Amino acid sequence: MNLTLKVWRQSGPSDAGRMVTYRVEDVSPDMSFLEMLDVLNERLILEGDDPIAFDHDCREGICGMCGMVINGVAHGEQRATTTCQLHMRHFEDDATITIEPWRAAPFPVVKDLVVDRSAFDRIIQAGGFVSVPAGSAPDAHSIPVRKEDADAAFDAATCIGCGACVAACPNGSASLFTAAKITHLSLVPQGQPERLSRAKAMVDQMDAEGFGGCTNTGECTAVCPKGIPLDAIAQMNSDYLKANSK
Amino acid sequence: MTATIERGSATAPVNSPKKAPARKRPGGFLGSSNGKKVVMAVTGAVMVLFLVAHMLGNLKIFFGRDSFNEYAHALRTLLEPIAPYRTLLTILEIVLVVSVVMHMWAAISLSRRASHARPVKYVAKKSQANGYATHIMRFGGATILLFVIWHLLDLTFGVVNPEGFNSTPADRMVSGFDASRWWVTLIYAVAVVMVGLHLRHGIWSAFQTLGWANRNRYRALRVTAAAVSVVLVVGFLAPPLAITFGVIK
Repeated sequence: MNLTLKVWRQSGPSDAGRMVTYRVEDVSPDMSFLEMLDVLNERLILEGDDPIAFDHDCREGICGMCGMVINGVAHGEQRATTTCQLHMRHFEDDATITIEPWRAAPFPVVKDLVVDRSAFDRIIQAGGFVSVPAGSAPDAHSIPVRKEDADAAFDAATCIGCGACVAACPNGSASLFTAAKITHLSLVPQGQPERLSRAKAMVDQMDAEGFGGCTNTGECTAVCPKGIPLDAIAQMNSDYLKANSK
Repeated sequence: MTATIERGSATAPVNSPKKAPARKRPGGFLGSSNGKKVVMAVTGAVMVLFLVAHMLGNLKIFFGRDSFNEYAHALRTLLEPIAPYRTLLTILEIVLVVSVVMHMWAAISLSRRASHARPVKYVAKKSQANGYATHIMRFGGATILLFVIWHLLDLTFGVVNPEGFNSTPADRMVSGFDASRWWVTLIYAVAVVMVGLHLRHGIWSAFQTLGWANRNRYRALRVTAAAVSVVLVVGFLAPPLAITFGVIK
């Protein structure tokens, strides 16, 4: 496969950044999207050029490090897929592909396609935990949890914090991420004591970081590589409302 | 091959972690994005209830001008003689104006927040969810505001109505939508369809915002939102179209 890439290049946080066009030839359809970028980077290094910086770690779709907006869609158009698990066979030969970083003020660009997602860490620090000595994993069924609650909590807990929800949201809202982290604790018994204070602290931190508000467009859940459902946000809204009406 | 490579720094200097939030915002429930959404949902619900009542009242024109005028008069004499003329209507008007203002305040505040959250726009951006209605909420809201101003000048105050203010409501309505003023009917049609699209997303969205939605209810909520929108659009368009096409004289 031969491809034309239009990639966002930004040398540092203070650089304005611009789109740069590259030609990549002899790409195997079996390569992942990141491997395709590796090939381009090897060539750029040999040519004495600056390689394109992008985040990646496990390349198994479970760590949440990779992520870029590919042809206007976070993680590309393949549903429920991280960028590392997106393969070149989903692209046409001779296609032109635009690649951009997550764009949100709370996610400042570090370099090229790498953004600083510490804002997510601070939202977790604000309340995304349980203040009980958890110890080792408890015996199964020692604390009864309804099957529906366990399933919904697990769905929410699959969030890998990649930030695609923020990237896709027309408002730059972090509601799906924050809601997933709130929901995964608020549906199980261990999360009950701090349920309302957690929702309040995390939503307030989300606002303080400068993320936008949710307008229920559903863009986030559509691009989420883990398919976090939109009703996590309803759960967050409900908990936040209760926390404020006490 | 030994090439001297000028790569620049491997990682650009990262800003030290923010100690304090960069943007200070008014605290409290109404200062939060979630609080503003609740304001939008509650005030939106008030306006939807108003629209249902308004639509039912409009349909009185199909029972004749007298029926419509009596209804308009009854609105002003509700609760009489316990309360003075126009008491309940004035209260409802105040509630409505407060709702409109708060809905707009929350919408403007949230859109400002959204534009601050994405200072650099995407070169390419492709929507992956829902449809048209979701993406024109702000534009639709502004359009509806302009229409409401026109509508009040036309049928409430009679300023841009051929009958003027000193006329009966039914006369203003029938003359206002006369076939010679087809363009007025057209403005109304466009505006009412815009209201329908606004509610198509707005109604189920309010339930989501208030935390009453979940995966088992989404389908029912979306169907309800669509059904209410269609009923309102048809109900609001029936009188003006009937007048313009001469069904009501």
